[in-house]
Amino acid sequence: MTVELAIILAVAVPFAGAVLIPLAGATPNLRETVTLVCAAILLYLVSVIYPAVAAGGVPEVYLFEMLPGLSVFFLVEPLGMIFAGIASFLWIATSVYSIGYMRAHNEENQTRFYAYFAIALGATMGIAFAGNMLTLFIFYEVLTLSTFPLVAHAGTEDAKRAGRVYLGILLGTSIGLLLLAIIWTWTLTGTLDFTDGGILAGKADGLTVGILLALYTFGIGKAALMPFHRWLPAAMVAPTPVSALLHAVAVVKAGVFTVVKVVIYIFGIDFLFDIGVSEWLQYVAAATILIASLVAMTRDNLKARLAYSTISQLSYIILGAMLVTDLGIIGSGMHIAMHAFGKITLFFCAGAFMIAAHKTEISQMRGIGRAMPLTTLAFFIGSLSVIGLPPMGGLWSKWYLALGTLEAGKLGLLGVLMVSSLLNVAYLLPIPFRGFFSSPQENPPPESSHDHDSEHGHTHDHDRPKGIKEAPVACLIAIGVTSAGCLVLFFFPDPVYELMRMVVAP
Amino acid sequence: MIAAQYPALQVVLALLAAPVCLILRRPRAAWAVATVITWISLAIALSLLGRVWETGVILYPMGDWAAPWGIEYQIDTVNAFMLVIVTLIGSVVMPFARASVEAEIEEERIYLFYCMYLLNLAGLLGIAITGDVFNLFVFLEISSLSSYVMISLGRDQRALTAAYRYLVMGTIGATFYIIGVGMMYMMTGTLNMADLATILPAVADSRTIQVALGFLTVGLGLKLALFPLHLWLPNAYTYAPSAVTVFLAATGTKVAVYAFIRIFFTVFGGVEVFNAGFIPEILAVLAALAMIGASVVAIYQTDVKRLLAYSSIAQIGYMVLGISMVTVTGLAGTIVHLFNHAIMKGGLFMAMGCILFKIGSVQLDQFEGLGKRMPVTMAAFVAGGFSLIGVPLTVGFVSKWYLVQAALEKGWWLAVAAILVSSLLAVIYIWRVVEVAYFRPPPKGSAEVSEAPLSMLVPLWILIGASYYFGIDATRTLDIAFVAAETLFGPPQ
Amino acid sequence: MEFLGLLNYWIIIVLMMTGFYIVIAHNNLVKKIVGLNIFQASVFVFYITMAKVKGGTAPILAEGIEVYSNPLPHVLILTAIVVGVATTALGLALVIRIRDAYGTIEDDEIEARENEL
Repeated sequence: MTVELAIILAVAVPFAGAVLIPLAGATPNLRETVTLVCAAILLYLVSVIYPAVAAGGVPEVYLFEMLPGLSVFFLVEPLGMIFAGIASFLWIATSVYSIGYMRAHNEENQTRFYAYFAIALGATMGIAFAGNMLTLFIFYEVLTLSTFPLVAHAGTEDAKRAGRVYLGILLGTSIGLLLLAIIWTWTLTGTLDFTDGGILAGKADGLTVGILLALYTFGIGKAALMPFHRWLPAAMVAPTPVSALLHAVAVVKAGVFTVVKVVIYIFGIDFLFDIGVSEWLQYVAAATILIASLVAMTRDNLKARLAYSTISQLSYIILGAMLVTDLGIIGSGMHIAMHAFGKITLFFCAGAFMIAAHKTEISQMRGIGRAMPLTTLAFFIGSLSVIGLPPMGGLWSKWYLALGTLEAGKLGLLGVLMVSSLLNVAYLLPIPFRGFFSSPQENPPPESSHDHDSEHGHTHDHDRPKGIKEAPVACLIAIGVTSAGCLVLFFFPDPVYELMRMVVAP
Repeated sequence: MIAAQYPALQVVLALLAAPVCLILRRPRAAWAVATVITWISLAIALSLLGRVWETGVILYPMGDWAAPWGIEYQIDTVNAFMLVIVTLIGSVVMPFARASVEAEIEEERIYLFYCMYLLNLAGLLGIAITGDVFNLFVFLEISSLSSYVMISLGRDQRALTAAYRYLVMGTIGATFYIIGVGMMYMMTGTLNMADLATILPAVADSRTIQVALGFLTVGLGLKLALFPLHLWLPNAYTYAPSAVTVFLAATGTKVAVYAFIRIFFTVFGGVEVFNAGFIPEILAVLAALAMIGASVVAIYQTDVKRLLAYSSIAQIGYMVLGISMVTVTGLAGTIVHLFNHAIMKGGLFMAMGCILFKIGSVQLDQFEGLGKRMPVTMAAFVAGGFSLIGVPLTVGFVSKWYLVQAALEKGWWLAVAAILVSSLLAVIYIWRVVEVAYFRPPPKGSAEVSEAPLSMLVPLWILIGASYYFGIDATRTLDIAFVAAETLFGPPQ
Repeated sequence: MEFLGLLNYWIIIVLMMTGFYIVIAHNNLVKKIVGLNIFQASVFVFYITMAKVKGGTAPILAEGIEVYSNPLPHVLILTAIVVGVATTALGLALVIRIRDAYGTIEDDEIEARENEL
């Protein structure tokens, strides 16, 4: 198969899956098979594309001309390759997990769930492979709209309200700011193609570049840079597989991926560095990192805590991009991969706690390690990776981000990274520790101090766990795979690193 | 050669077919006549557009009376495109109308509907095709009078008062227009647009011409429902029969916008009306007020048809905004939006027709669970709603893109903000409907899935499909729009 | 002299404003139509007087006639009158239907009834 064909199919297959899934809706087993087959094909296709990109090629597929002089086309460069690789690999894991989760949880409208999930993945692939800003924007909006039914899946008053926040912020920022930035760029330069070295150099003065950068960075609401982060905690009402794949990997990473891509290929690293308009955004990102970490500490609902943790981690990536140094960019790109594995593991575990032990609040999870040792262990592994401790992949990305701050000569930002890591330790590690070493009796009675951001129905005081009671096997497999991924990435980070090196030194 | 007579046939066919419907009286027969005539008109319009595209302006002296004494039809890219829009919408509306009209209009009045529709069509095509300002008035009145009648055919008794109020305001508008024409004639002694364009610059400084321009602006502003002259529109669209609303919303105001463009850019083309005074600024402010104000009002509507009517007023604001920029990009944005809005709003109002057909009401509370009961119709509504919001791959996105670009080129930041805010407001009013339709359970005792007949669903999806087709590949419509805009800016022929 | 020379315009303006006022201020739907007619009539007068040429006669081809009024506005206004008649007829027909449906032709009463719906 040619690489070009593989690129087109990689975007088309999930969409085809979205059509087939409802057709197979009557028989759940067939329906899940369709999802799994699509996911497997997608991973295969991405593996076909990878060698070409790793060898230094930038395969390109022209689709059609949408507006005069402005076409929709795909172009796979290393950064997009990383993103596509992660998303397609984790789709398989999530699909396996979903099967266990959705059935154990007796969710309604599962067909709709799987169909929109597939569309979201297709859109993610489109974002990863987009050859210009227009193409990216199209899939960006498709991703927003296709995830709305997933967020509001439960159809309750809470879910509806969360859906409104979700859609309001994501569409608001993308139409109000991002689209404006795109059209402005187009008016200034007459092109929107992702070009090495950027397209704005020499076309705009410093002030314009500064405003544009702000429009892009805040306009990409999916990157959840404060103050446009509220949608992410709101999205936690969705079923856990959605939170795991979309709101720890696909959607949020699509956001930061776009930011990085814009910095590299629209502005150009050197150009941006010379102008120096990104400096204040470094501090916005730093503030987001710290504030979100602090908020995470106050959240008792596990998913809400993870959501704020994600907001904080996303700003690592933005920070790396805004440093506009080679090492910073490498750190950003690697963090997209590393954080994805760590955070998806954590979310999988959160979902497993919920379906197996019916626990959503952290304060109820003392001693949970006795009933669910595997899940709690995986949670520990994921936590280490997110914090950035060896022997987990998260170490490498933090390493390069730290080097990036040094390269830029910003010791203060290095300090922020360090403090934030400590905060990560403080809000993540107690969960597995208490799970293993505390006794369940110490659990306080469930009170109504729910987290406001994300209330998920079930908090009934379930019977004290007696003996081992793990999540369904399908869930455990997925958890095992992703937590193993965290380990593997520690020992073999090279593919990701090499790709990122190609990005900064083409 | 019959092809040489196409400009005349374009108007005359529909005009002659109207009385035929009166004679036939049988609903189905009248429908068949109207449908066939519309389709033939579409074919003529397409062939005219093709000819203009290849060989340039077509001049057709009516009855061989040479201009400027006789009435001359002048077809360039702008009005050829308008002819296509009007006949295209008509061609899709007609198949839709059969079932819809049978459900909403008493049987003994149905033939009247088709008769009036044909007159309306003839009027709209006449406005678009003529090169004579007085002839334009006559066609304007033909289309207006027939639309008053069509609106009054609505089931709700409020349709009568809506028609009456529209009649009063419409007549005032048309009379204002004719006063303006009279003043121009006083100063120039001609009614031919091209002739006017060459003579007007010499007398442009006279107060008469300035007053004439004022009258023309207000008169046409009433017709195209320019804020704050839009008061007739919401009730008229809400209470008219669905098929009428679809046709009027998609074509009526669009043709008035065209007339506006024609007067300002062709007739007054040699006069730098826009450079003197503050007309562009006034228009831009009114447009922005319409875009934001009408969108806000739309959010609070409980009748979905009315909601869409207010959204139309906002969309007309987009078009006027594009005009007010007086740049090729802005004008092209307006012209392409004429087409884009026609297909998307036509589709949305058709969805309303389908719901009225099945549910009998388009009050928002009747939409509960409609996502399950009428999945095909509601999917079309959502798809059309995306276009209204301006989601990429829809025609709404294309229009918005060019209007924003034009405003950026001009440095009109407030206009940019108005466009973007207005699209965000569109998100809200569309989403109110979506939430009710998809997140509330159907009321008890309601039937299972029950859709409108295929004869209504197919036209609905043709328009919705078109609003995606021309959103994905907008090169064709944009090419036409840019050539049209350049023609309007070009030297008067 | 200036005033008298523009007498026809003054008449037109008075007629127009009278008609316009009736349309806006009157509550009765039939009276509104009457107002509309007066409003339109002012335009008819405007066109007709505009065509008058001082000392001109009717535009007939005959010996000795050199100055004649412009016939074109007269023809135009014939059309406009026809349109006006059609509008009036339609307006009155609508008023009859409104009276059947609402039992009144007073605007405020109709509005009150509509608000009840």
